[in-house]
Amino acid sequence: MSVAQTLGKQPTAADAADAAVTLSASRPSLARRTKNRIASGAVVCAVALAAIPLALVIWAALTRGIERLDLALFTNSMWGVVGQGGGLLHALVGTLLVTGATALIAIPLGLAAAIYLTEYGGQRKLAGITRRAVDIMVSIPSIVAGLAAYALFSLLLGPGTRSGLAGAVALAMIMIPVVVRSSEEVLRLVPGDLREAGLALGSPRWRVIRKIVLPTALPGLTAGAVLGVARIIGETAPLLLVAGFTDAMNYNLAEGRMATLPVFIYTQWSSKGLDTAAYDQRAWAGALVLMAVVVVLQLAARALPPQIAKLRRNR
Amino acid sequence: MTATVPTSITTTTTPAGAASPAGAALAASETLTLAAEPPGPPGAVGSMSITDVSCYYGSHLAVADVSLEIPGRAVTAFIGPSGCGKSTLLRAINRMHEVIPGARAEGSIELDGVDLCAKEVDPVAVRSKVGMVFQKPNPFPAMSIKDNVLAGLIIRGQRPRASAADELVERCLERAHLWDEVKDRLKKSGDSLSGGQQQRLCIARAIAVQPDVVLMDEPCSALDPISTLAIEELMRDLARDYTVVVVTHNMAQANRISDVTAFFSLASAGQPGRLVESGPTGQIFSAPKVAATRDYIEGRFG
Ligand SMILES: Nc1ncnc2c1ncn2[C@@H]1O[C@H](COP(=O)(O)OP(=O)(O)OP(=O)(O)O)[C@@H](O)[C@H]1O
Ligand SMILES: [Mg+2]
Repeated sequence: MSVAQTLGKQPTAADAADAAVTLSASRPSLARRTKNRIASGAVVCAVALAAIPLALVIWAALTRGIERLDLALFTNSMWGVVGQGGGLLHALVGTLLVTGATALIAIPLGLAAAIYLTEYGGQRKLAGITRRAVDIMVSIPSIVAGLAAYALFSLLLGPGTRSGLAGAVALAMIMIPVVVRSSEEVLRLVPGDLREAGLALGSPRWRVIRKIVLPTALPGLTAGAVLGVARIIGETAPLLLVAGFTDAMNYNLAEGRMATLPVFIYTQWSSKGLDTAAYDQRAWAGALVLMAVVVVLQLAARALPPQIAKLRRNR
Repeated sequence: MTATVPTSITTTTTPAGAASPAGAALAASETLTLAAEPPGPPGAVGSMSITDVSCYYGSHLAVADVSLEIPGRAVTAFIGPSGCGKSTLLRAINRMHEVIPGARAEGSIELDGVDLCAKEVDPVAVRSKVGMVFQKPNPFPAMSIKDNVLAGLIIRGQRPRASAADELVERCLERAHLWDEVKDRLKKSGDSLSGGQQQRLCIARAIAVQPDVVLMDEPCSALDPISTLAIEELMRDLARDYTVVVVTHNMAQANRISDVTAFFSLASAGQPGRLVESGPTGQIFSAPKVAATRDYIEGRFG
């Protein structure tokens, strides 16, 4: 009927019948429908298979760690604790400090590279080299980033130097390419029209970038940065190497070993004291806290952009 | 098929380009003042003379040998078939062609006796004297309506104080015939306006930096008839204070709003566009000198 109407004819019963005939003729054949069903069944199974480990991990962490998810966990370090009790405050603080420092290093550098690539690079040789370098950095194993930071700090400050800052440098090597890629993608989404409009108002290119391109892209840039943080916050290997481990609080990024959540989980699990159950519980509780932090970051990456856009608009 | 009839090429004698006060102001963008009265020789009215301008995209010659007088404080319409280089020439006037890799222009375009194409003249300064409104309305989405009007100043880091800003915003929006429609929602995003309102916002934004010339590339082609009428009325009104150059495919529009019409054409696809003839709009529309102009205006072209 609608076919007839769009053709500008009065729909008649015959037309309706015609339409019905062609519609039923275009119905997928039995073979195709069967294939369709099998394919969608396979996809559902695959999704379920992928979801099972996730569910198991959450279940395991909850059942084993929930008991230790008490106030003491968040108010105590492991200083002088050998059996029950103790907490992960030192590791939580360490993770916040190291992650914050990493973000402070990686976001400006990564964003600068992305701005160069989208706004200035074009077809230039240096842009090609930068892109290649980012591709390589993405695939650097995190343990290698750890070794590189270890070597760097050993050279600068003497062999065997460990500190939160060294950890942050190692993590920054992992985070920078993530930030570059996400930022580049977001900056390319800013319409060229806006850049032209800005230039046509009589302002230099870098000012157009600062005042028009970056604010327009800000929500996406923020989301990319938060996802970058979520990517590195669970890294263990490089931190084991260069930030080390301690039972005590350490608020100084520049000096001394600094505990972090992933390393805390690892050491609770790998070097248990006599009361193994207490160590197990702390490890699982640590895992719960870490997962919660990552989930919060992921949600923030999704929730922040519209919020920021709204704030800017109502300002 | 088309005879090129360049209109009177008035050779504006300039006292050595950058030596004139306007030249000095244009050469140094940082010292560019945003005073109410633009710097310039006395009697400056924003008239332009385009002399032997050719535009290239790489090795492709897109516009050849255009010489044209654009009167100050009047509306000049560029008409002609698609691909004849109207946009290209328009962009050369405020050196926006330099944004496109490989694009370049030869010849001279003088604004009140100052050659805008000269090497020592800063394109950034040129663009603050010669503003531009694009085919598609493009307000800045991350800015409020108010900030969109102030955008030229904000981008340069010269956001005025609150009261001066309010006054400027009101004046420019009044000027763009938009004030009454948006005065209660200045803090809303420019995105929240209709297409026609957005285009008027872009015009307000362009005039807020106090240019001498406003270039418009098919400013109405994305708009409905009512919005188009509003913009046409606005263009007439703007011509009291600014030199307006508008590209349009709408013959009736060119006839309604322009004082001078320049007709461009190209021999065939791939050939460079040329100026066929220009003159007072009444004369071009009623008694064109060249047959091709009449054919085009009467819709007998291609
Ligand atoms: N960015 C560009 N790169 C290369 N060539 C271009 C570019 N822009 C335009 N051209 C070419 O320059 C010539 C003139 O184009 P221009 O856009 O100025 O025409 P126009 O008169 O504005 O056409 P329309 O009426 O369709 O807007 C055309 O041959 C076109 O292919
Ligand atoms: Mg065009």
